[in-house]
Amino acid sequence: MSDLKTPLLDELEKGAWPSFVKDLKTMADKKPMVKDLLRQLEKSYTDKRGYWKHGGLVGVMGYGGGVIGRYSALPDEFPGVSHFHTVRVNQPSGWFYTADALNELLDIWDEHGSGLLNMHGSTGDLVFLGTVTDELEPTFRALTAKDWDLGGSGSDLRTPSCCVGPARCQNACYDTLALTYDLTHKYQDELHRPMFNYKFKIKMSGCPNDCTAAIARSDLGIIGIWKDDIQVDQAAFAEYVDSGMDIQGAVVDKCPTKCISVEGKEIKIDNSDCVKCMHCINTLPKALKVGKERGAAIVLGAKAPIVEGALFGSVMVPFMKMDDFEELHDLIERIWEFWDEHGKNRERIGECVERVGLANFIEGIGLEPIPQMIKEPRDNPYIFYEEYYEEE
Amino acid sequence: MSTTTERRTDIGPPHYEQFLHPIIKKNYGQWKYHEILKPGVLAHTAESGDVIYTVRAASPRLISTNFARKLTALASKYADGYLRFTSRNNVEFLLANKDNIDPLINELSEFTLVGGTGKSISNIVHTQGWVHCHSSATDASGLVKVVMDELSDYFTSMKLPHKVRLAVACCLNMCGAVHASDIAILGVHRTPPRIDHESLPNLCEIPTTVASCPNNAIRPTSIEGRATVKVDEDKCMYCGNCYTVCPAMPIADALNDGVSIWVGGKISNARTEPMFTKLAVHYLPNNPPRWPEATEAVKNIVEVYAKNAKPYERVGEWIHRIGWPKFFDLTGIEFTKYHLDDFRHAGTTYKRSLQNRY
Repeated sequence: MSDLKTPLLDELEKGAWPSFVKDLKTMADKKPMVKDLLRQLEKSYTDKRGYWKHGGLVGVMGYGGGVIGRYSALPDEFPGVSHFHTVRVNQPSGWFYTADALNELLDIWDEHGSGLLNMHGSTGDLVFLGTVTDELEPTFRALTAKDWDLGGSGSDLRTPSCCVGPARCQNACYDTLALTYDLTHKYQDELHRPMFNYKFKIKMSGCPNDCTAAIARSDLGIIGIWKDDIQVDQAAFAEYVDSGMDIQGAVVDKCPTKCISVEGKEIKIDNSDCVKCMHCINTLPKALKVGKERGAAIVLGAKAPIVEGALFGSVMVPFMKMDDFEELHDLIERIWEFWDEHGKNRERIGECVERVGLANFIEGIGLEPIPQMIKEPRDNPYIFYEEYYEEE
Repeated sequence: MSTTTERRTDIGPPHYEQFLHPIIKKNYGQWKYHEILKPGVLAHTAESGDVIYTVRAASPRLISTNFARKLTALASKYADGYLRFTSRNNVEFLLANKDNIDPLINELSEFTLVGGTGKSISNIVHTQGWVHCHSSATDASGLVKVVMDELSDYFTSMKLPHKVRLAVACCLNMCGAVHASDIAILGVHRTPPRIDHESLPNLCEIPTTVASCPNNAIRPTSIEGRATVKVDEDKCMYCGNCYTVCPAMPIADALNDGVSIWVGGKISNARTEPMFTKLAVHYLPNNPPRWPEATEAVKNIVEVYAKNAKPYERVGEWIHRIGWPKFFDLTGIEFTKYHLDDFRHAGTTYKRSLQNRY
């Protein structure tokens, strides 16, 4: 690689953490695209700025999303990356793969693209990074021949994603993998053909630990929760006590509602006061377990700051049974209908709810106001009364 | 029977069940508890008594097919061909046989690190940066590399008061969602877009460009008879939204772009409610290839937290207990006028009590 001079990037080959530079260089001889990517990146490191142009309408036939157009701003200098489009591949629920299936994906990308990828992108898709316009349709055909499809991009439903759930976690309060599969397949049209005001992300977490960050990163979060008592194995608890663990400091004092006490080697939980925060269950996994009456809380409206400021999701439904997903489908469709009618261009659902007001929004989607939806009631007296008495 | 030339659309992803290890399939939804055997190694025990072992290793997220093939080869050799990825871009191998754990770790150690479990610093969630993004104010993969080089000891051990979640986003769009991380690095532009009046009329649709600005800072105008736009620079918050819709308004500025450091966010509901990250350091220079200022700032916060927080306190919970004045005091970070919010609902961040430590 005598013609690949990257003295600044070479500094990133040092150190204990796996080096993407070292890795990318293994592709540079095989792929002129990777060589020019490294050369352009070296220029960015020298000049302290990026050299990519945004967008351009590229994609596969019949889809409005799934491919992000990307072009070098310096195509004469770096012809290998004059086109460097991204293909978003819809990931399987829980990011589980077999080596064989993943190898097939890698074969496709070695043949049709740069051989560089993200495992995974921020929304959860497997991201193929860098190909030319003429390879998009062949890539898509190769993917679908092996039963893979594209994810979302632009103003559409983005690929729903989920935590490891019941596949390998004792805390899962519903089947996050099944729901992700269900929603992804049910809403293929919304995923592949942008027709929303802006993007719409759905994330599934199995419990309030929220490993997919649904409360912060998804327009619609479905987060597992239970209603009844925490399940206790007193014998296993006694073993924690016998081990010399500081139960008082590590568990009792950390309970946000102080509903835990210890008598001898027995743990007592006032479940009527428990807010399902998960701390005691996380800390004593052998002794404590989520309850048996399980479902999910539905939170709406999270997003990063652009443009009106960051939002966390807020509770729409504090508990919904997840034995089947019909009630959820119905709610999602009512939310989309309201957003379609009242939302503005490039306005996320969370911003839309704040603009129209929560009361108007829930009335629009057919939910009753309940105190679980709020942190506290309003502190200002400017109430828009809709009903009042009139003289007869 | 379908032919290979048939064009298939809207088939969705393959069913996940075919990718589940037989032990996982058998004990699906029937897990009893899990233990961390050592950093990077989990054992999940099912009600049936079956155990599945997980070995977790770091990935740079931006990888080549060569790197990925190393992972699939190791999965075939040690994990019956089963692997998965986590929401923080780690790779996990699912092992039926406990005896395969150490040989797998040995082979992984040749090219990556094993860890990221329990009270550790796990992999950094991050964005594309200069490798692939048009609006980035900094690189992401490079920042992750240099920060994790510095903190790798916390990835391979479990000695912190609690887990620390790091994130890097290369501009305010925050594809990396740094708004709810224990510590985050955010790329920032600090100057308004420059307008290429020559090419703007050909490249951009003016009403869309005007509408793209969240602060109504962009107005249509004409210069020498050519339709273009002007920017009210006092109103610009450097978000780069206009550049996304109009390539004739570049916002990258090598002299002024850099990074800011944010602290105290969390996602989980454990103990305390989810929290947003707050500004710690408003600006540090882009200093590739190893960003010594940013790396040092993050390391300093981690070390002050490690020394002062109580067990089970996340960074935000620790700061909440000691108060912000003490956070700035202990970390030595300078408090500036930029720490005072002046955007929407800024007043909610003002101190409206006398509960301060003297």
